[in-house]
Amino acid sequence: MSTAILAAGGAPAHEAVVFWILAPIAVIGALGLVFARSAVHAAVLLALVMLSLAAFYTAEAAPFLAVVQVVVYTGAVLMLFLFVLMLVGVDSADSLVETLRGQRIAATLVALGFAVLLVVALAGTLDSFKSVGLAGAQGPTNGDPVGKGNVVAIAELLFSRYVFAFEATSALLITAGLGAMVLAHRERTAPRRTQRERMLERVARGGAQLAPLPGPGVYADHDAVDTPALLPDGSLALTSVPEYLQISRGQARDVAAVESADRGLEAPR
Amino acid sequence: MSPDYYLYLSAVLFTIGALGVLIRRNAIVVFMCVELMLNAVNLSLVTFARINGNLDGQIIAFFVMVVAAAEVVIGLAIIMSIFRSRRSTSVDDANLLKY
Repeated sequence: MSTAILAAGGAPAHEAVVFWILAPIAVIGALGLVFARSAVHAAVLLALVMLSLAAFYTAEAAPFLAVVQVVVYTGAVLMLFLFVLMLVGVDSADSLVETLRGQRIAATLVALGFAVLLVVALAGTLDSFKSVGLAGAQGPTNGDPVGKGNVVAIAELLFSRYVFAFEATSALLITAGLGAMVLAHRERTAPRRTQRERMLERVARGGAQLAPLPGPGVYADHDAVDTPALLPDGSLALTSVPEYLQISRGQARDVAAVESADRGLEAPR
Repeated sequence: MSPDYYLYLSAVLFTIGALGVLIRRNAIVVFMCVELMLNAVNLSLVTFARINGNLDGQIIAFFVMVVAAAEVVIGLAIIMSIFRSRRSTSVDDANLLKY
């Protein structure tokens, strides 16, 4: 039964329900992708848009493309994006300074005009053709309740009429892999410094803390990494909190916050 | 349901992607917006396949996905190498050819 539904694309009423639920989600996700300050949020919202597109493909009798959309786009491409985001630094927020004066407003106007143009052009032409549907190409037909199926129909086309393009794709993928390796490769100009050399340098430079850094503090209610340890005189041992948390995010908790949290815990007793 | 709505949705998503390419500065986000535009076009290709009753549109969407995967690999490698030399992914900072 499920095969027949996948091939037929579901009943029209179901399709409308799927569309009117997922289309606003996709549009909101796309808008969020444009306006999110954090690049990681943008990536997650893009995943949302891609997953709803996969659902649309299923509703449009294209189950093969729906699966490829989830595996290739949401699975591989977006994870690659997130990987590079983590390498580059999660905190790389956009600068709000406009280099070109009025560029945002101009861009918004251009986009609005473009949208109006596209929608008007679509509305003007769409009445002229009637939807044929994919039943003739991949089934199901009246005589055959399942038909030959989307995957088989695509495979027949791909390995007959489009076989040359398909083979050219393999050359493209090999070239892309090679290009990524060339771009990511860095020639070492100086010999690699060993750990022993780095440690000798650090001791010779002086001033550095030679012992291991102190661990984050342990309070009654917190042993999290963002809680700094206290020195004997009550001041904070800032080196006990990872540098990343204190400087780039300002997430290290100070003594006052910890003490007030403690008071808040003790008050009801 | 009439497939026209998919085409309108595709037009809207494409426009939002283009808007993102125009106003965002972070090269990675710009790149994600390009992906959104490619996805929007894929949606319209799949819809056209359904309207016309043959699978060529779906095949083209499949090839677009393959090319997009290759493009992402190369694009992100370029962004990484720019980040390595300039410590920034802002498209405003890559201006050595400007002067």
